[in-house]
Amino acid sequence: MPNRASIYAERSRIVILIFIGVFFVFWIRLFYLQILDSTYKTDAENNAFRKKTQYAGRGLIYDRNGELLVYNEAVYDLMIIPIQAANTDWAHLAELIEIDEAGAVQRYKKARAYSRYAPSVFEKQLSKETYGRLQEHLYMFPGFYVHSRTLRRYPHAVAAHVLGDVGEISEDELLRLEPEGYKSGDYIGKSGLEKYYENDLKGQKGVKMIMVDVLNREKGSYKDGAFDSAAIAGENLYTSLHLGLQAYAERLMKGRRGSVVAIEPKTGEILALVSSPGYDPNLLVGRKRSQNYQVLLNDTVKPLFDRALMAFYPPGSIFKIPQALIALQEGVIKPYTGFVCDRSLLGCHNHPSATSVPEGLKMSCNPYFYQVFKRVLMQGRSDNRFVDSRLGLDVWCEYMGRFGFGQQLDIDLPNVKTGFIPNSAFYDRIYGHNQWAFSTIYSLSIGQGEVGLIPLQMANLAATVANRGYYITPHIVKTIGEARRVPGRDTARHETGIDADFFEVVIRGMYGAVHEEGGTARRARIPHIAVCGKTGTSENPHGKDHSVFIAFAPMDDPQIAISVFIENHGFGGTWAAPLGSLLIEKYLTDTVTRPELERMLDDALKPVVAKPKPAERPQTREPLMAPLPQMMPQLGTAPLGMPSTGTPAPNVPQPQPSSPTPTTEP
Amino acid sequence: MNEQRKIWRNIDIPLVLAYLVLVIMGWCNIYSAVFDPEIGPTFTFDTRYGRQLIYIGFALVIAFFVLYTNLKIWTQFAYLYYAVSILLLMAVLVVGTEISGAKAWIKIGPMSIQPAEFAKFATCLAFAKYASRPDLNMRLVRNQIVASLWFLLSIGLILLEPDAGSALVFTAFIFVLYREGMSGNVLITGVVAIILFILALLLNQYVLMGLVALACGLLVVINKKSFKNIAMAIAIFLTCCVFIRGVDYAFNHLSDHQRSRINVLLGIDSDLKGAGYNVNQSKIAIGSGGFFGKGFLDGTQTKFNFVPEQSTDFIFCTIGEEWGWLGSTVLLGLFLFVLIRIILLAEKQKNDFGRIYGYGVACIFFIHIFVNIGMTIGLLPVIGIPLPFFSYGGSSLWTFTLLLFVFIKMDIQRHASV
Repeated sequence: MPNRASIYAERSRIVILIFIGVFFVFWIRLFYLQILDSTYKTDAENNAFRKKTQYAGRGLIYDRNGELLVYNEAVYDLMIIPIQAANTDWAHLAELIEIDEAGAVQRYKKARAYSRYAPSVFEKQLSKETYGRLQEHLYMFPGFYVHSRTLRRYPHAVAAHVLGDVGEISEDELLRLEPEGYKSGDYIGKSGLEKYYENDLKGQKGVKMIMVDVLNREKGSYKDGAFDSAAIAGENLYTSLHLGLQAYAERLMKGRRGSVVAIEPKTGEILALVSSPGYDPNLLVGRKRSQNYQVLLNDTVKPLFDRALMAFYPPGSIFKIPQALIALQEGVIKPYTGFVCDRSLLGCHNHPSATSVPEGLKMSCNPYFYQVFKRVLMQGRSDNRFVDSRLGLDVWCEYMGRFGFGQQLDIDLPNVKTGFIPNSAFYDRIYGHNQWAFSTIYSLSIGQGEVGLIPLQMANLAATVANRGYYITPHIVKTIGEARRVPGRDTARHETGIDADFFEVVIRGMYGAVHEEGGTARRARIPHIAVCGKTGTSENPHGKDHSVFIAFAPMDDPQIAISVFIENHGFGGTWAAPLGSLLIEKYLTDTVTRPELERMLDDALKPVVAKPKPAERPQTREPLMAPLPQMMPQLGTAPLGMPSTGTPAPNVPQPQPSSPTPTTEP
Repeated sequence: MNEQRKIWRNIDIPLVLAYLVLVIMGWCNIYSAVFDPEIGPTFTFDTRYGRQLIYIGFALVIAFFVLYTNLKIWTQFAYLYYAVSILLLMAVLVVGTEISGAKAWIKIGPMSIQPAEFAKFATCLAFAKYASRPDLNMRLVRNQIVASLWFLLSIGLILLEPDAGSALVFTAFIFVLYREGMSGNVLITGVVAIILFILALLLNQYVLMGLVALACGLLVVINKKSFKNIAMAIAIFLTCCVFIRGVDYAFNHLSDHQRSRINVLLGIDSDLKGAGYNVNQSKIAIGSGGFFGKGFLDGTQTKFNFVPEQSTDFIFCTIGEEWGWLGSTVLLGLFLFVLIRIILLAEKQKNDFGRIYGYGVACIFFIHIFVNIGMTIGLLPVIGIPLPFFSYGGSSLWTFTLLLFVFIKMDIQRHASV
């Protein structure tokens, strides 16, 4: 029947059309899948690639002799890619990394809320042991992998404030620094050198495209690493710190509140920078960081507060040094100008009247410097004593500025404060224009009253005197990286504009204070080393006086300038001076020849200790000030004794919430 | 000698070339799917691509055997092969090895054979032989139903394994029946049934019934409002309602994995780690290929086993990922060429046997390609049947080769008998 073939022959076309129709639908569908819809491409990447960030090790930090201060230790972060981890056996995983199961699920949900495809940290900083245990079972947990990170370690546990700490980047920082390549979970310097030199220390993250199979096994790098970039380690910091001196200073300051700053005068290099109480920097590392941070933050003695750079203290008698220098330069006194120790002007201790500037300094005579300051302020520029004092104070302020007081010393650490030098505008605001004169503000003459210095400025004063008239801005980092690059900074000589001859006059007094009979800093003398020092006892209405000492040595070729400030510790000559002296000796000779001083300092901290009776050491007795109306206006509080003057000046120091109130108040 | 020269003079060169290209492409893709970049290019017969090379060699032996032997050994003994195939299908239910829930394999020594594969060929041959009987008027519905028994028996036995995928292949004969005179309404009814099936799962059944009633009403309004038409409409409506209820009932009695596969396909359920995993990974692999693909051996999804069954049922993923839309287009074109070529040649056959058999071959290929690629690109549920000439495995390759070359041999005979 040949017709049978032809009857429905046209149906072949329909069958062919059905074929073509189906293939056309498939073809369009493939076009959609492969070309139009790009989600499958990203899905594929998330499937098979793991963009592994290669974290760069932070640069190491060394002291001036090449001693390692900070190094890195490997830890392991467990990462999760939520989309691949839906079927995880949470109980098993939780057991492996020693957390509870509910917490594990919670973390998974949190990571998923952040991103289903992007990796998040699931558990931070696994120890080597946990990591080892987990590694064997990792194949059972698709969507999980391990990143190695590094944590900071401090072999000597010193200089916590200087070195600073590193922590995970905060939301605020991330908002600000995301354009610079920071990602959530990155570590960043939070304080100290870690923060200031973040850009040098952090290095450069790399990325590695790893291919993984369906069982989460790594299958080598994609295209032989064509898309990889290696991490570049951060650069090392070579600091000027002297590990031995720093550690010894911390040891001596242990149990005391205050600060020690030591500077090499010629270069401005900081040898030691101690704020006490300190803390072990190893506490602020890794998983325990936030917990320990809270403990330190809530500690009543404020160990996190860097007193060396942030605490404003009335300098006390060490302020007589710049007072004398300014007066000499102004020509209002001569090196051999003498003043009677008139205790009706200011309280003083028993000593013969000073007949020269060196004697005044050596004995730290208060009425002497009352007169000196009076001459500086009231030079007869005007008949009106108010106007005269005002003009005098303007000149005086300019000199003080040249010492770096009331100004920020651009040390290479964050959060350094300026201290405070009161100017006429300040007094105008308190007392009213032409309502104040020398007689109102004379307590400045002996470093009391409204003046505030940070310990760094005190040490810088010692360095300036050691240099006979100039200072180099103090700094900590000498060079950076293998190339020993010198960081860009202020290297200029900051001249005080005061003749070197006048410095010699002051230095003679400072030498006398240490080495001559009747000096207030006799306890600071070191055999065979010419130490020049000045004690201070900074009055404090809230408690015991602060004990202050600044010094440099040796006199003719100064290697070290130092400031010691001990809160509520009594006389400068009794405590701060021997402490500073021990440090100078330690630095210059690397020995301690006077263990009795160490013992005395240690004994002072023992629970039952006989308070040194003033009568026993009359020569070190320093004066109490006559009760005077002194004011340190603080934001929001109207000073006593005058009508409220409204908003305070911008250069009024902000009250430091965590600082001990080192200023005097009415 | 004369006979041999005739073979090569009359053989349909384009079809044979297309076959060879498909087989070579297929092997390359299996090589790529199995290739492990960590080990690199090595060759052993232990690997899938090594074994597939042996299978291909054997397939070529089959092809030559068919070309150089008398066609009569196939046409004459068609019923015998069918009987053997049915016996094997029964035997597999008894002595078969169960692999992933289906008794589809018979182990003979180191070899495993899949009777369902051979059944495709035997059924096609027997069906063509029967349907081409000169005394049979295929325009009669009764005869169509009787002819259908040839493949319905195979379907029944295969469903018992159960192997829904292989059973589905035999629906290819619906198209053959259509060509031989079956009413086009059956095809339309089939399409409507599939649409209703899908809608019944997606929609509330009463809403769906309402929609059907509306459609029936429309049919009456558009056509003559005769009593006959109204009665027809009501009959259609009632049939649809029964069907919808039936689907609902049947679906609740499907095995869990089948139900979840259908659910995933219809978007009711998107469990990407469970039943939807295969399809999702398959779509990711194909979708990530882009226009040009990632290049030979450079696919990451298929290479690292993200796609399951990648050298067998999901072999198309490798093509999609490594050769992109361009490669997919070439492959679709090649398959379409083969299908149309077979249909056109079938129409040229001088005897009904050859034509019906040719249609059978084309439609069996078509169902395989349709279901397999449709599954990998997420248009059809996951049903495990191989992609002709591409999927790893001897049984299917030999079956497809046998199916194709018996037809090619018939085509050669056509010239010879002039």
